[in-house]
Amino acid sequence: MKWIAIALFAAVALLLPFFAGDFYVNLASQIYIAAIFALSLNLLVGFGGMTSLGHASYLGVAAYVSALMTTRYGLHHGAAALISILGTVAMAAFFGLIALRATGLGFLMITLALSQVLWGLAYRMSNITNGDNGITGITRPEPFGISLESPAAFYWFALITAVIAFVMMTVFVSSSFGSSLKGVRDQPRRMAALGFNPWMVRWITFVYAGFWGAISGLLYVYYNKYIHPTSLSTTSSAEALLGVIAGGSGTLAGPAVGAALVLLLKNYVSAYVERWNMLLGLVFLFIVLVMPEGIVPGLQKLAARLRRRSS
Amino acid sequence: MNVPSSSLALEVTDLNKAFGGLKVTQGVSLSIRPGERRLIIGPNGAGKTTLFNQISGDLRPNSGRIRMFGEDVTRLSPYQRAHRGLSRTYQIITLFGGDTLEHNVTLGLLGLLPSRWQMWRPLSSYRHLVTEAHRTLDSVGLLHLAGHSVSELAYGEKRRLELAMALAQKPRVLLLDEPLAGLSDGERATVKALVASISKDTTVVMIEHDMDTALDLAETVTLLNYGRVIVDGERDQVIADERTREVYLGA
Repeated sequence: MKWIAIALFAAVALLLPFFAGDFYVNLASQIYIAAIFALSLNLLVGFGGMTSLGHASYLGVAAYVSALMTTRYGLHHGAAALISILGTVAMAAFFGLIALRATGLGFLMITLALSQVLWGLAYRMSNITNGDNGITGITRPEPFGISLESPAAFYWFALITAVIAFVMMTVFVSSSFGSSLKGVRDQPRRMAALGFNPWMVRWITFVYAGFWGAISGLLYVYYNKYIHPTSLSTTSSAEALLGVIAGGSGTLAGPAVGAALVLLLKNYVSAYVERWNMLLGLVFLFIVLVMPEGIVPGLQKLAARLRRRSS
Repeated sequence: MNVPSSSLALEVTDLNKAFGGLKVTQGVSLSIRPGERRLIIGPNGAGKTTLFNQISGDLRPNSGRIRMFGEDVTRLSPYQRAHRGLSRTYQIITLFGGDTLEHNVTLGLLGLLPSRWQMWRPLSSYRHLVTEAHRTLDSVGLLHLAGHSVSELAYGEKRRLELAMALAQKPRVLLLDEPLAGLSDGERATVKALVASISKDTTVVMIEHDMDTALDLAETVTLLNYGRVIVDGERDQVIADERTREVYLGA
């Protein structure tokens, strides 16, 4: 079942640019970016039991820093990306110190508040961020001299990054540190009694999730060549959280599937239905009622049941 | 007792803890020698588990000192105390329900090793940890269930797994919070034999209600009531004491 899914995805992902039009290739690129973002949020929500409503901070800040460095200060893309990633990770380290003073609902509220501060700054500090007009005139990098201007070229760039991100995060949660993380999620008190430092485990994960949030932010700004305060908004954080929960939090592939679903609804369906948010709500309601653990665990259960019946 | 404090496994001095106006620990002092088997008894609400939680670091006392092998651990976090050789079990079973028995015990082993920070190698690839976990599971008679999920276990087996996780760490001081609670007679005998077989390198402090079983395991007994130490001393001495009968029989 797992291997069939992987093979199917590989076949579609590798063949897509050869038969699909630009619209679909671009849509797929956006899905990969959203998937990296959702996977990084899932490290917190699914594996760490830390439900964050401010994860857009990392995507947004990384995107803004890179945009400012290249357009305003004329920095080379490589240097701008490095500064952007380091800055965002440092911010995650600092935000983690604040947010991890609490767990559960308190943690959620602090992450929400911190992201609202950034969103407000992006709006109000218009001498730097250009406020509501956003930053335009951003270019795409040219890794190894390869132009990423065409939809297909960018598609490969996004796909490779997404695969690396998926593998790296899978290795992270499967490692012995990942076992500590899941342990701290399930039984923090017992974990502390066994010699684990629950706070430190959570904080390291928080910073690591910030790192992948930054990577998705860079891809996001390269893709759109434009950045606006809405990318830092609570809506942006909530959409990703919705994707994680819909796909199956705490699973490896779930958040990617959920992110793809949210993005498809947003970009594809909104062309036909004006109130796509309402449709998203209905789809989410359906998932919660039929597959309360999310799409991926739901399908796994369904497959197991079918197999049992056929044997 | 005039024993120099550095030769005591656990020394609690004038410990006080209150929740609001409720004084749950009042001036409790204990001196426990290395290798000793100490039983802590007392009626419900006597403050036994609260005392354990302060020794393990889950709760901060309002005043007083806790020393392990002469070192002041009063202000240390639970995980720091674990690294100094303290392990505990819980009255309310606290296991990783979705994971296998093997995984549960391996986590117990991992907690004290630097590899708990390691971010690329799966826990199951540490063969020596798995072997060690199997050995511990074997010692509590659960080896045949190593690959099963904790959720499949019967209550008595979960109690034994609780014990296995703590024992795997080879603690210097082991706190057992009602290891016999809710067990059938047969399981009681099994767990009793397990506790009796713990190496003398480990100091055991045990809270237990079942006096018939637990008294055989104890060398010394502390009777708590309303957060105070009522009687403290050799087992037979405490049992014979008038105040023990008073607390337990209400005479």
